[in-house]
Amino acid sequence: MSTLNLLIVVCAAYVAFLFIVAFAAERAAMRGHVRWLRSPLVYTLSLSVYCTGWTFYGAVGNAARSGLEYVTIYLGPTLVMVGWWWILRKLVRIRRTQRITSIADLISSRFGKSNGLAVGVTILAVSAITPYIALQLQSVTLAFEVFAAKDGLHIVKEEDRTALWVALGLALFTVVFGTRNLDANERHHGVVIAIAVEAVVKLTALMAVGIFVVWGLGGGIGPTLERIDASRLGQWQIDPGRWFGLTLLSVAAFLCLPRMFQVLVVENEDEGHLRTASWAFPLYLMLMSLFVVPIAVVGLDLMPEGANPDAFVLTVPLSQGQDGLAMLSFLGGFSSATSMVIVAAIALSTMVSNHIVMPIWLRSARGGANVSGDVRHVVLLSRRLSIVGIVLLGYTYYRLSGGGEALAVIGFVSFTGIAQVLPVMLGGIFWRGATRIGALSGLSVGFVIWLYTSFFPSLGPGVVFSESVLLHGPLGLDWLRPQALFGIQGIDPTLHALLWSISLSTIAFFVASLASFPSPLERLQGAQFVSIYQHTGGPRSWAGGVAQSEDLMIMSQRILGAQEAQGLFQQEARDQGLSGDLPEPTPDFLETLERELAGSVGAATAHAMIGQIVGGMQVSVEDLMAVADETAQMMEYSSRLEAQSEELSRTARQLREVNQKLTRLSVQKDAFLSQISHELRTPMTSIRAFSEILRDSSELPQDDQVKYASIIHDEAIRLTRLLDDLLDLSVLENGQVNLNIRQGRLGALLDRASAAAAADDSEQPLKMVRRARDEDILLNTDLDRLSQVFINLISNARKYCDADDPRLEIRVHKGEQGVVLDFVDNGSGIAQESRDLVFEKFSRISDQKAGGAGLGLAICRQIMRRLGGEITYLSGERGAAFRVALPPQLAMDAQ
Amino acid sequence: MSDLRKSGGGPIKQAPAFLERHTYRKRRIMDAARLLPILGVFLLCMPLLWPVDAENAPSTSRAIIYVFGVWLLLIGAALGLASRLKEGDGPVQPGQSDI
Repeated sequence: MSTLNLLIVVCAAYVAFLFIVAFAAERAAMRGHVRWLRSPLVYTLSLSVYCTGWTFYGAVGNAARSGLEYVTIYLGPTLVMVGWWWILRKLVRIRRTQRITSIADLISSRFGKSNGLAVGVTILAVSAITPYIALQLQSVTLAFEVFAAKDGLHIVKEEDRTALWVALGLALFTVVFGTRNLDANERHHGVVIAIAVEAVVKLTALMAVGIFVVWGLGGGIGPTLERIDASRLGQWQIDPGRWFGLTLLSVAAFLCLPRMFQVLVVENEDEGHLRTASWAFPLYLMLMSLFVVPIAVVGLDLMPEGANPDAFVLTVPLSQGQDGLAMLSFLGGFSSATSMVIVAAIALSTMVSNHIVMPIWLRSARGGANVSGDVRHVVLLSRRLSIVGIVLLGYTYYRLSGGGEALAVIGFVSFTGIAQVLPVMLGGIFWRGATRIGALSGLSVGFVIWLYTSFFPSLGPGVVFSESVLLHGPLGLDWLRPQALFGIQGIDPTLHALLWSISLSTIAFFVASLASFPSPLERLQGAQFVSIYQHTGGPRSWAGGVAQSEDLMIMSQRILGAQEAQGLFQQEARDQGLSGDLPEPTPDFLETLERELAGSVGAATAHAMIGQIVGGMQVSVEDLMAVADETAQMMEYSSRLEAQSEELSRTARQLREVNQKLTRLSVQKDAFLSQISHELRTPMTSIRAFSEILRDSSELPQDDQVKYASIIHDEAIRLTRLLDDLLDLSVLENGQVNLNIRQGRLGALLDRASAAAAADDSEQPLKMVRRARDEDILLNTDLDRLSQVFINLISNARKYCDADDPRLEIRVHKGEQGVVLDFVDNGSGIAQESRDLVFEKFSRISDQKAGGAGLGLAICRQIMRRLGGEITYLSGERGAAFRVALPPQLAMDAQ
Repeated sequence: MSDLRKSGGGPIKQAPAFLERHTYRKRRIMDAARLLPILGVFLLCMPLLWPVDAENAPSTSRAIIYVFGVWLLLIGAALGLASRLKEGDGPVQPGQSDI
């Protein structure tokens, strides 16, 4: 069996082993053995996805080319881990509080949950990671070539399908284990364990090769060091700019690479794990780097001139006949490459699915939380397609770039791209003044410059940029040459791209942030991110709120799947001690549910969906403002209502008063009807009685006859007068009266009236108090009718004034409003409650004096109305007081 | 960073001037955790000062010993700090005496 065939068998067996490990881990997690799956050790080992095929093969290649420079790529992460208290602790805390699912989610969430920003970061990340995936494919292909060469085969690059098979295999593994369960919070136990195993394999492999080189070939530590010093790498020849720049670059990449963010922050279970990883991961990195220089030096010694130093890890053992070691080394490299592709594909597919596919799909489905159909299916499908798409993109880059470049160079292209996120990310978590516009500007500037100076040139001349553009700039503009911007030549291309992209994007970020004004939501999120420790503890819970359990259930089924959702709800109902399937929507339960959903559709979407059903307890500033607007409208509306209700109650009060008056009137009318029938009856009775006597008694003396006849006559007159009054009133009320307008003096009128009123001597004597001077007023009106009013008032005083010494005072005022006459007596007056009734027909104030029919004042009022004046009861006097007001045109000064 | 004094929960009116010995020690360890990467940057920038001309440049073996020595120092310091930070994890607890 040839080595190559054996290699393929071993490789297949190893992949099968990984599948089994991942599967076993999934099963263990399902049975609840999560504790050991989530130990600090596993966490630390999972961080080793940082060490990819680039590390495994490329570090040696890099060392063979430029000595110790390769350690910068591992010193940067070491500094970040050792300084975890600064940045990582904060990121982990933010992720836990804000439920961040990816680096794109972090940026978008910080800058006002802007999905546009998330899309931008996703595109940047996909573009930056594509070369990186290509790098992994290239490293695996390289390894196969080495073994093929040993068997005497020469692989023609264009016909080589290794990279494609590897890409498809990786996509399959990632789809199977990366999208097995949808829940990002439960996370990918299978994948994490597989990666931890691969971490051990690659460390073991590299160290085995290193030990073989140092002790097997070099003869121990001392001789190996001497050998190093004797080689062409023997002197310190580091470009200070690259030393510093690449360290910075690796810091940026370590923090911003989507796969690193995934394992460092998203998959972090416990802040305590960071503490362990803070020393354990640097130790891992150091061990990975330890034997790189010896391997490079020995490789340079042993291998023929022109051998690819990237393959030394394989070729050195092979050349010494150590096929087993070479096989182990191959597995180490294979592990490095595959673990990176798997995690990167998961991280990127989460971003693509959550920030690009799902928003578009949810919008096109037009239903928010109430979409029909199985969302789960859509999410899974979009993630799977994203994974395949991302891996194939990497393959495409690999084909385009020709797969000829040194691994480290491709890695630097990728690192520089993703480093553009660093200023925005650090600015976002440490500076409250950072705004969305600033972030957008910074990312755009960085992205464009990176594409121009690093990504497109890395594809080689003729793919995007022609040779002449690379050499002389576009359109011959010398200062725009992609690898020598602004005419500054001679810088290393990586450093050149890093310098310009990072510095200009940082400037753009700060300037645009300073110049723009953040939205309320941005400011709120900014405050929460920057001072995350003040908002310590778990995420804000759903407080109160009346969620409909059934609605939640329907929604959850669509996203989690019917069985999972029902299981979750039943479990919760059991925990709550309820018998049915639907639990109470307690805040705890809502939180659990939201976490479950977040893994499927992203935190923001899940939160929005629950918010829609529960009624949004966690209010954003925009919500608050909307509420404030509504409140203002409500207040306006309620004040209108208040005014209306006041008007209504006023009307009701008036109606009540009128009603009372009507009731009293009705009572009075009844009383009067009986009164008037009595009034009519009394004279009728005497008329009948005396007329019967006259008819029946023929011998009645003459005197008696006369006497009786005159009684009949008097009574008839009384009846007539009564009927006249009624008739008069009805005529006045119907407005059929004709006024007889004449001129006369008020004094004379009052004289006549008092004389007429006094004509009936039966009444008690009344003393009149008048002032003749005031009464010298010429009137132009119906004098007879007016005197009728005066007579009525005077005779009323005569009849009803109950004072011992009755007295009536008539005061006359003349003013702008016309002439006013007050008739005030010294009696006890009229009771308050009767005052508004005295002018009504048939009203009689006192029963003790069966005087008139109660029509007098009603007639007076009608007369005054006809004359254009009015008669009112005058309050505030001691006795009964009436005011007669005559309009000015009726009165003129006496000449 | 101001989080140290404020993350204990609840509004903090004024940071006390004197701390319990244990709390004081813990805070100095946090300070050390913050300073460690700065020390690391300083030490790892030292090679920038080394001469690169053929006569005076240090040998690669010495450079390796220096770089890996610094690396081990950082790992050891991080290990020491991590184990001390573990005892009193995180910021001051609300119930703790501050004086």
